[in-house]
Amino acid sequence: MSVKLSTRQVGDVSVIDVTGRITLGEGSSALRDSLRELVGNNQKKILLNLGDVSYIDSSGIGELVSGFTTVTNAGGQLKLLNLSKRVKDLLQITKLYTVFDVHDDEAAAVRSFA
Amino acid sequence: MERTLDSTLESVDSAEELASELAGRAGFDDEDLLKIGMAVRESMVNAVVHGNRYNAHKKVRLAVSGGERRLTVKIADEGEGFDIEHLPDPLAPDNLLRSSGRGIFLIRSFMDEFQIRRLEGGGVELTLVKYQAGK
Repeated sequence: MSVKLSTRQVGDVSVIDVTGRITLGEGSSALRDSLRELVGNNQKKILLNLGDVSYIDSSGIGELVSGFTTVTNAGGQLKLLNLSKRVKDLLQITKLYTVFDVHDDEAAAVRSFA
Repeated sequence: MERTLDSTLESVDSAEELASELAGRAGFDDEDLLKIGMAVRESMVNAVVHGNRYNAHKKVRLAVSGGERRLTVKIADEGEGFDIEHLPDPLAPDNLLRSSGRGIFLIRSFMDEFQIRRLEGGGVELTLVKYQAGK
């Protein structure tokens, strides 16, 4: 299995629970499609739960960035939840950790949306 | 160990698994196994996607060798090459939000030594070296 995504609503926040590997190919394109669908449906508050992401490569990071740009340009907010040490380290190495609003508690993350 | 691989995403996965397995057998710790696997994956993506452009007629050559507490991985494509001297810096403010361009940077971050070489007759070869802790 590459990646599995499921979306749920917590109030007006769309939470995407991601499981597996976000890598070039099926993984990264699935994430891209999911984010575009939400933006297309005018969902502007999106929380990506990466707690069960076991692996992400540079393509996966690229999709996170691309998704952030897409959502932001549409007037929305994309935030990250439950980063593993591995994903956090990658975002720090690539200087993206401070670009995203990162949370480790879902309730607090949901409250943080404007 | 040497392999000639097709220019497919399956080859990227295979190379990553193979390199990680060999590194594990050589005694690298979990942290280094992860770094080696990721560096090999990024190198293979570079070869398959950017070098050979998924061309079924072009192959990727993978070579993994071990020495005194070191692992050397060479990955060569048959593409047209790229401007090695002027790779954009993914950490530059103007590039930070680009959706691509981090692969080579990550390879350099994860490995102890990294070289890019244009091959006579076409293509690019990446050489990755990782030393075991306590070398």
